[in-house]
Amino acid sequence: MEVPFSLLIGIFFAAAVYLMLSKFLVRILLGVAILGNAVNLLLFTTGRIVREVPPIIPAAFDHQVAVTANPLPQALILTAIVISFSFFAFLLVLSYRAFQDLGTDNANEMRVAEPAADIAPPTGY
Amino acid sequence: MQTDTMAMTFVAFCLPFLGAALAPVLTRFLGHNAAWPLALFPAAIFLHFSGFLSEIAAGGVVTGGYAWVPSYNVSFSWLIDGLSLTFLLLISGIGTLIVLYSGGYLKGHPHQGRFFSFILMFMGAMLGLVACDSFLMLFVFWELTSITSFLLIGFDHAREAARRAALQALVVTGGGGLFLLAGLLVLWNVTGVTQLSLLLSFGEEVRASPFYAAILVLVLGGAFTKSAQFPFHFWLPNAMEAPTPVSAYLHSATMVKAGVYLLMRLNPVLGGTTPWATILPAFGGLTLLVGGVLAIRQTDLKLMLAYTTVASLGLLVMLTGFGSEHAAAAAALYLVAHSLFKGALFMVAGAIDHETGTRDVTRLGGLARLMPVTFVTALLAALSMGGLPPFFGFLAKEEVYAALAGGNLRAVAFTLAAVIGNAMVFAAAFAVALKPFLGPRVETPKAPHEAPLLLWLGPVVLAVLGLGAGLLSHVVHPLVSSPLAAAIAGRPETVTISAMPHAGLPLLLSAVTIALGIGTYLLLDRARTAAARLLEDIGWGPDRGFDQFMAGLVRFSHRLTRLLQPGLMEAYLTVTFVIVALALLVPLAWYGEWPRLPIWPADAQFHELAVMALALAGVFGVLAAQNRLNAILALGIQGFAVALLFLLFGAPDLSFTQFMVETLSVVILALVMTRLRLQPRDARPLAQRLPDAAIAIACGLGFSLYLLKVTQGRFDPVLTEFFDLYSKSIAHGANVVNVIIVDFRGTDTLGEIAVVMTTGLAILSLIRIRKGAAGPAMAGGDGKAIAYGNSPSGLPAISPTRGENPRGTRLRNVSSGEAAGLSPPPRGEGGEGSSRIRGDAGADVRTGRERQP
Repeated sequence: MEVPFSLLIGIFFAAAVYLMLSKFLVRILLGVAILGNAVNLLLFTTGRIVREVPPIIPAAFDHQVAVTANPLPQALILTAIVISFSFFAFLLVLSYRAFQDLGTDNANEMRVAEPAADIAPPTGY
Repeated sequence: MQTDTMAMTFVAFCLPFLGAALAPVLTRFLGHNAAWPLALFPAAIFLHFSGFLSEIAAGGVVTGGYAWVPSYNVSFSWLIDGLSLTFLLLISGIGTLIVLYSGGYLKGHPHQGRFFSFILMFMGAMLGLVACDSFLMLFVFWELTSITSFLLIGFDHAREAARRAALQALVVTGGGGLFLLAGLLVLWNVTGVTQLSLLLSFGEEVRASPFYAAILVLVLGGAFTKSAQFPFHFWLPNAMEAPTPVSAYLHSATMVKAGVYLLMRLNPVLGGTTPWATILPAFGGLTLLVGGVLAIRQTDLKLMLAYTTVASLGLLVMLTGFGSEHAAAAAALYLVAHSLFKGALFMVAGAIDHETGTRDVTRLGGLARLMPVTFVTALLAALSMGGLPPFFGFLAKEEVYAALAGGNLRAVAFTLAAVIGNAMVFAAAFAVALKPFLGPRVETPKAPHEAPLLLWLGPVVLAVLGLGAGLLSHVVHPLVSSPLAAAIAGRPETVTISAMPHAGLPLLLSAVTIALGIGTYLLLDRARTAAARLLEDIGWGPDRGFDQFMAGLVRFSHRLTRLLQPGLMEAYLTVTFVIVALALLVPLAWYGEWPRLPIWPADAQFHELAVMALALAGVFGVLAAQNRLNAILALGIQGFAVALLFLLFGAPDLSFTQFMVETLSVVILALVMTRLRLQPRDARPLAQRLPDAAIAIACGLGFSLYLLKVTQGRFDPVLTEFFDLYSKSIAHGANVVNVIIVDFRGTDTLGEIAVVMTTGLAILSLIRIRKGAAGPAMAGGDGKAIAYGNSPSGLPAISPTRGENPRGTRLRNVSSGEAAGLSPPPRGEGGEGSSRIRGDAGADVRTGRERQP
């Protein structure tokens, strides 16, 4: 099943990148959300896909005996999901606050920290 | 070498730095008299190295050192032969006198301690430079002299001219240092050795190497910048902005001689070839003439001396490269003579400046009776500089002419250059030594009287040495001149010339030089005008070129910065993703590692593909969404479809987490996005949409291909097997994923929790900034104050945009100002949520308004 997953992930990445190349914060945020899922799926696929068998050790054994899904990517993704969620929430609130104070959601118009005019640097000593 | 002598030598190299550390403290307690104890440091070094004189005179070489980084063949080792020893003695000997002189010259200066510290550090760097054996140490000390001379030249940092001169010296000599580094690296690659002592036996290999031209250009780039050869001569006179002790020290025996030292040191390795014997004399001769003309042009005593230094350095470089029988001996004699008389004359110029308040030769006169000791000293030094018998300068000049004179065109040309250059130097020398002292008394800014002991001790010692060395040449030659000449030439040399004039072509040339020099001296004012007119006609010089270069550099870097940092997120992201796409695709193409044509899995179930299709529908829904609701909905579909995929492929834990997170995301997104407005359409014009889409597709394609390639490869299950084996037996958990999270990677999970908590706090504070800022507004009831006070983290107030907000959305800042009684809170036309923005956060403000009287 790695082949369909690979194609799906490629489309996820492409959509995320396209959204993030927008000027508008909302679309960038949507892109970030999709990018998080794309990366998680990428991790999942590199650990190889196994159907329906969660990595749980049967009660009668003290180590794994059956062929199960790979637990390592799952552990990594579990961390990644939570972190990308908190990151997403933070960015969302940040965009909201920026919108409130700057009156725009266009990243190109957010130039408070940029020099107002293109002032040439001093060339003296 | 005996172990204890080796240790002592090592201590001698460290002493200046120790003195530098102690100098500020000593100066605090002793004032300018700290010069006396501080002069003991260089004096001790001088005495220590004097002990090597007999060994070196017998033809020996003192080596020693300690391994530093043995694995890289780096050692702190030294090689002391005739060349190094002469320099060591000059640096430490003149250094002793300079320290004493600084004590008198900068008496009462608030930063005198700092000055002592700098000059001792510089001394340490110079001592290391002329004695070190390894390339690495050579480069380190070379750059250290650049840095410490930067500090010294810019000592008077409140003046712009001093800052400019310091920066100029640093840029020119430090830049040259990089050339030297590159040259040393090439030498290392060609010969495989990193020590000068070993390099000396590789001369033939180096000269035959195809990289010889590169080595030559790089090494000369380092030496010519350091030794102020034309066209890099301009930094040296500008460095006269430094206090006079610095000029006397840097420009007589040390800094500017470092380049000459390098050329002399490498002469046995690189010398003897046609390029070497052409480039060095050509640049040296040109520098000699240019320096002479510029020296005549000046009226400032120090500047005259500075340009004669340029001329003398030119002569030394010319002799080093000339390669005739007497050239090495001539270079050796002139090197020593120049250090003695130039150091003395600089200090005399400083003493005149110190006592009269001016250095302008046209505003000085008749000081002979008032400053007799200084006058006699100046005269002695000038006689040596002019090359009159029986001074040491005379010996040097005789040897110079003996080396240059010859029957062929090259010899005639360079002899002519030397005669003219020396005549101008002669005139400048006597202009400095006679003009201020003779003639009618001229009023000066300060009432002059004889300089104090500290100011005349140094020059007197040097001037008398110049006379003594000439008279006692049969003692000096075997001890200093012959080993020095031997080291320069790379073969045994015996210098025999004595102060007794002996008839011959050299003597005749000397006489011509002196006659020309006297003529120039007598017509100095006219010569000065002529030189000035010549330079005015030329107009542009490398000094102005330096300003243009620096200004151009600043402007270029400014433009480059604005190009690379336009402040547009779009630009940054575009560059980032282009690089991502390239990083994915280029290696695949470069190494031909494309994945095999994928085979569609035969066991793909319908429901699995259906969930994938659902995910794709969600993604395309987000892309195509025209309004908020659709976008949120589509994002939710996409997220839940991913959760379903996890569930179908053996990851229930992921699935549950994903469901939870997606739900929360959608809720938060719905809350916030009702306030943010999604543009009805993706407003990108087609011209931008196409490249954006191309970049996006390239990225997606890259990830797909990469993933296909990876999954087609062999899977290494070693980690998975580890967890499968030990999850239960060690960590006592059946759910392997959970065990990894809470046990094997427990610290990682702790970090994750910390991240979540930090983000939560950040979100909370972002929201609270508004509420907190609304507080004082209530109390003050001043709408304007709110507008400014509300702006978080120092952002400029937004109130000016109040009336010109393009989309009609109201800024909270403004609205809270209005809420405080200026006008009714507006109902934004920005969207259905705009009234709710003020729902919670604005409550305080509303209360505030109710409190208004």
